[in-house]
Amino acid sequence: MAAERQAQVAATVEFEHVSKRYPGTQAGAGAAVDDLSFIVPAGKICVLVGPSGCGKTTSLKMVNRLIEPTNGRILLDGVDAASRDVTDLRRGIGYVIQQTGLFPHQTIGENVATVPRLLGWTPARRRERAEQLLAVVGLPPATYRDRYPSQLSGGERQRVGVARALAADPPIMLMDEPFGAVDPIVRERLQNEFLRLQEDLAKTILFVTHDIDEAIKMGDLVAVLQLGGKLAQFGTPEEILAAPASDFVARFVGADRGLKRLSLSRVRDLALIPAVTGRTGDDVRTVRDRILADPFHYMLLVDDLNRPVGWVHQEALPADGALVESMTESMSPLLDPRTTLKDALSMLLDADVQAGIVVDAAGAVLGLVTAEMIAERMRSGVAGSGA
Amino acid sequence: MRADEPLLDWTWVGSHLDDIAFRTAQHLALAGIAVAIGFAIAFALSIWAVRNPRIRGPLTAFAGGLYTIPSLALFAALVPFTGFSILTAEIPLVLYTQQILIRNIVAGFDAVPIDVLEAADGMGYSRRERLSRVELPLAVPLIVTGIRLAAVTMIGLVMVLTLIGDNFGGLGLFIKEGIQTFFATKVYVGAILSVTLAVLVDLILVRVERRLTPWAAARAQGGAAVTSAATPARA
Ligand SMILES: Nc1ncnc2c1ncn2[C@@H]1O[C@H](COP(=O)(O)OP(=O)(O)OP(=O)(O)O)[C@@H](O)[C@H]1O
Ligand SMILES: [Mg+2]
Repeated sequence: MAAERQAQVAATVEFEHVSKRYPGTQAGAGAAVDDLSFIVPAGKICVLVGPSGCGKTTSLKMVNRLIEPTNGRILLDGVDAASRDVTDLRRGIGYVIQQTGLFPHQTIGENVATVPRLLGWTPARRRERAEQLLAVVGLPPATYRDRYPSQLSGGERQRVGVARALAADPPIMLMDEPFGAVDPIVRERLQNEFLRLQEDLAKTILFVTHDIDEAIKMGDLVAVLQLGGKLAQFGTPEEILAAPASDFVARFVGADRGLKRLSLSRVRDLALIPAVTGRTGDDVRTVRDRILADPFHYMLLVDDLNRPVGWVHQEALPADGALVESMTESMSPLLDPRTTLKDALSMLLDADVQAGIVVDAAGAVLGLVTAEMIAERMRSGVAGSGA
Repeated sequence: MRADEPLLDWTWVGSHLDDIAFRTAQHLALAGIAVAIGFAIAFALSIWAVRNPRIRGPLTAFAGGLYTIPSLALFAALVPFTGFSILTAEIPLVLYTQQILIRNIVAGFDAVPIDVLEAADGMGYSRRERLSRVELPLAVPLIVTGIRLAAVTMIGLVMVLTLIGDNFGGLGLFIKEGIQTFFATKVYVGAILSVTLAVLVDLILVRVERRLTPWAAARAQGGAAVTSAATPARA
């Protein structure tokens, strides 16, 4: 990817008092989009979320001017979109729609190479680019390149839609419910793959969804819209969950927002409790003091590489001798520092133990995490939100 | 017709092969000219209607109205102006193609899925590129359906042209002469050949359509059919 990338990697997108009133609606009736202002910094994903009909699609289409705003301006890297040549503007903005809009009469390869063809790339370069992108979205080019869209599953078509939008390496991407038409499992996978892709691409992305969970997961920033096209709140997912700006936002994010917040934090964000450990082969007498200092009189037995073996209770310790594996009575779930707190909590509850053991990539103990710590974190965030 | 006459008098057929070939070719030419000119006009009108929704209603109503004029009346009305010329023969035929062709061409463009059009616009197709590279290819199946219907209808209608003189009847002339002279062979030759012609032309056009729309064949095999193509109503 890196070699292919052009100078312009991302651009800021700025809505400046943007309104849209469709012709034919009476003066008294509400606008589709009402005085929308926000800034998406270059390289960030901004999710527009809100109930059906709140103006998400309208907002998105004003960026590539499929719809012209009634008032206000949209600035792309400081330049008013309205001042740009419209086809030129559109060829520089990736566009993914829910129904995918793939061209049924063109092969997958041709579909992906659409914008490069409009831009006049040579056939060889187009073909190369299409194959590269199909591989990026996880569709082996040899298998898929010459098929037609009707010969693909819904999830595969959505990947092709994303590949097509990326084809000319646009600095900005507009994605209107791009993973809407697939089942939850495939959606989850597409979301994860896309987030991983975005780590490399670092495009500026406007992403529309009506699913708050998807918004929280995908967004660096979230714009919550309410009916009438008004911006109810704009901020990071964390800010919106911790302190909803209004009753509407609080209701929209749901009563379980404390739990939802847990999916935003990871185990590495917690101050881990240091574990009382003893190494196999250590003299029992040297560890007895340490084990008695633990509130539950437990100690974690580890091997030579500091990898956990199991828990030892002080009653299992003989008067003297060396620590051996047979003294252990139980084990805890092992957690990766990248595990979300939501997943960590459910693992702890499932395993019915007090503490999980956090280990690094080599399996060495980093510390302990308890269900109580996670619950405490959840309470501290929701308290003071005023809801 | 005489009772002792065989169904087909092969000696007559054998001695009139030139005549049969000429009238078959003439028949095909008369129908072909009508469909070709009719298509050129209908295509232009349809594109105009697709781009200007306001003229659609009036246009289809007008084309439908033309179709209801009895052919005899139309020939009779034209003779004072164009005499017994080829114009008198072709003008009614061309007019009759309009209803069939416009209906199907417009339906073909209507059948292009809205999300495909939106994607094309969103990716920066100009209006002309969108028309020629997206809408037209996707409208081909219904456009060809229209041409097939028009061709078969015209092959039937050419028979009637014997009304305005022996120069324009094609195979219809055999039928007219056969009836006038009580000679069944001529009637059969005319009827069988015109039906064969219609079937052959239709088959060829089906072939052409397959050639033009490889993606539609893929869809049929793929099973994941997502077709919204409207079946054209027939007059
Ligand atoms: N072309 C149009 N003409 C008139 N009104 C329109 C048009 N398009 C959208 N609207 C209206 O504008 C409002 C916002 O529509 P929009 O499509 O932006 O909603 P949305 O947030 O994308 O909804 P959904 O989640 O259902 O896709 C709606 O009330 C809709 O009825
Ligand atoms: Mg929408």
